[in-house]
Amino acid sequence: MLSIKNLKAGIADKEILKGFNLEVKAGEVHAIMGPNGSGKSTLASVLAGREDYAVTEGAVQFNGKDLLDLSPEDRAREGLFLAFQYPVEIPGVSNINFLKTAIAEIRKYRGLPPMEAKDFLKLVKEKQALVELQVTLANRSVNEGFSGGEKKRNEIFQMAVLEPCLAILDETDSGLDIDALRIVANGVNKLRSENRSFVVITHYQRLLEYIVPDFVHVMYDGKIVKSGPKELALELEAKGYDWIKKELGDVIEA
Amino acid sequence: MAKENEILEEITGSEYKYGFSSDIETETAPKGLNEDIVRFISKKKNEPDWMLESRLKAYRYWLTLEEPRHWAHIEYPAIDFQDIIYYAAPKKIKELTSLDEVDPELLRTFEKLGISLEEQKRLSGVQSNIAVDAVIDSVSVKTTFKETLAEKGIIFCSFSEAVQEHPELIKKFMGSVVPYTDNYYAALNAAVFSDGSFCYIPKGVRCPMELSTYFRINTLGTGQFERTLLVADEGSYVSYLEGCTAPMRDENQLHAAVVEIIAHKNAEVKYSTVQNWYPGNKEGKGGIYNFVTKRGICLGDNSKISWTQVETGSAITWKYPSVILKGNHSIGEFYSVAVTNNRQQADTGTKMTHLGKNTRSTIVSKGISAGFSNNSYRGLVRIAKGASNARNHSQCDSLLMGDKCGAHTFPYIEIKDKSAIVEHEATTSKISEDQVFYCKQRGIDAEKAVALIVNGYCKEVLNQLPMEFAVEAQKLLAVSLEGSVG
Repeated sequence: MLSIKNLKAGIADKEILKGFNLEVKAGEVHAIMGPNGSGKSTLASVLAGREDYAVTEGAVQFNGKDLLDLSPEDRAREGLFLAFQYPVEIPGVSNINFLKTAIAEIRKYRGLPPMEAKDFLKLVKEKQALVELQVTLANRSVNEGFSGGEKKRNEIFQMAVLEPCLAILDETDSGLDIDALRIVANGVNKLRSENRSFVVITHYQRLLEYIVPDFVHVMYDGKIVKSGPKELALELEAKGYDWIKKELGDVIEA
Repeated sequence: MAKENEILEEITGSEYKYGFSSDIETETAPKGLNEDIVRFISKKKNEPDWMLESRLKAYRYWLTLEEPRHWAHIEYPAIDFQDIIYYAAPKKIKELTSLDEVDPELLRTFEKLGISLEEQKRLSGVQSNIAVDAVIDSVSVKTTFKETLAEKGIIFCSFSEAVQEHPELIKKFMGSVVPYTDNYYAALNAAVFSDGSFCYIPKGVRCPMELSTYFRINTLGTGQFERTLLVADEGSYVSYLEGCTAPMRDENQLHAAVVEIIAHKNAEVKYSTVQNWYPGNKEGKGGIYNFVTKRGICLGDNSKISWTQVETGSAITWKYPSVILKGNHSIGEFYSVAVTNNRQQADTGTKMTHLGKNTRSTIVSKGISAGFSNNSYRGLVRIAKGASNARNHSQCDSLLMGDKCGAHTFPYIEIKDKSAIVEHEATTSKISEDQVFYCKQRGIDAEKAVALIVNGYCKEVLNQLPMEFAVEAQKLLAVSLEGSVG
């Protein structure tokens, strides 16, 4: 599904990803953990195609296509979804209208006929229930005036409606209380399937109690420094990131 | 960023869709303006003496005025008023009895614009049950659904016809809201106006369809000076639409219209404009100077006048649709979206003059500037002494696209009554790259993203438009802003 090889990328002159490697097969859930500044969010941005970042080396294959060669919108249309760490507000544009536009564009790209209005409404209703999103939120402007938790839940709702084959969750757990966390995690779990993969980026092990990953990777200084089964997350939680840093023989930066 | 600018370029680069000109046999007056031209126009229209006198009075007054060039936030070379043709009319339209006699080229012109002059026909799928008065250059060529409306006692005809058929109404109301002494262009218009629409809704009648006037400038070197007069008698209701386009030409053309609305007791008038005059090319060559005076008066108690405008065209727009709130409990509203791109300039807004008690006004202005354009909101809220419990809420938002354009807000407030409550809110924002990227990540490309975001930004105003018009306006916004993300 996703194959990242020796990816080097940065912003301006600063290299942030320094040879990142990752293989994600269909149906797998990979967690990427790591301290602040290790490059986790940069990874998400680069994969989604944010223009501020320049890729200097490496290759990314997504479903057999050269991902780096695709525009951000084409990546989305190919089935890549990013749940934003900081979802953006679009005043005056209802969530429903936003998703309708997105679906229309995605279907057009895939050569599918436009979705019938009644099918679309059915889909929205169904997914709304799945992620326990209030009807009023679906009808409000995209993220406008939403609380932090509502915004994150709205990301999962959008993911549910757009049905991507690869979803990257960028610190979706940040700013969530325990109830919201559970709802978001439930939503994700319900969307897990053998042909949908997830890359879950998080600081804390907490989220992984609910979304149980197949693999855990520890990212530090722009690359993966340790990989293991889900238990690795618990070990990290217990020992802290310093443990990794010590293991690497690195000096802790202030 | 560079890529986005490219897309922006591409979108803003789109051509003006209505820029064609039609080869219609036209009769024109000689260039220039003097008393003879005023007499010529009046004679062409076979006007009664009182009308000619009123024109001459306005003309003589106009001569004493100086072209106002400095107070608005716009820049342009002085206009040579002797270099304008003040009257141009398609030939052979006088004895028209049926549509078959209309010059087919003229019919084609309006068809191209998506306006049907045949009552049963739906052209673009947008026109539905709308009565149209079609004005080309200086004259009205056809008014549809006249008979249907007449059954309800509604008068909807060209201004020239109204002068002949309903002189008492014209004498009573013309100039009662915008007198010829009002301003330079109002005086000019009163002297040389050629046609326009007249509408009278009798007591207690709710107009069963949208009324609309479609203005088209065709002939080279002409100015268009139309007058529209709407009178809503007690307890009546009418929704009125106005659309306009012009061919692409290298020189500037002047459009100086006057619109007057009179709303009697319990009457309501909704006036919507989608203004799409030729804006000039990207370098700012050509385009229409749109210098218009629009004003309504809520004459009776509980009356309401609501202006909605979507301004996307013209090289320069200078207009302030206003409401005088004379009747107690009367309501004035102004909803505006003004888009400027490339080298366009707009100085537009409203005046709400509160005279009656318990009067209310609402102003919602959304300015969008892109390219090298300048977009100003200028508004006045005046609460007169004795206009107790007057309320106003103004909201003026500006959206900037790119870093070469300007947005300005000039709100004036004059309060002479202590019980007034006046609120003013203003914001300036940009379409952020984050918003565009967010849309892209959901599969929506930059161009569509901008259209989506802008439509969202203008929603409050677009919601005020009649359905058929709203769809048009949305498309127009997208086209006007193609390529404007920065």
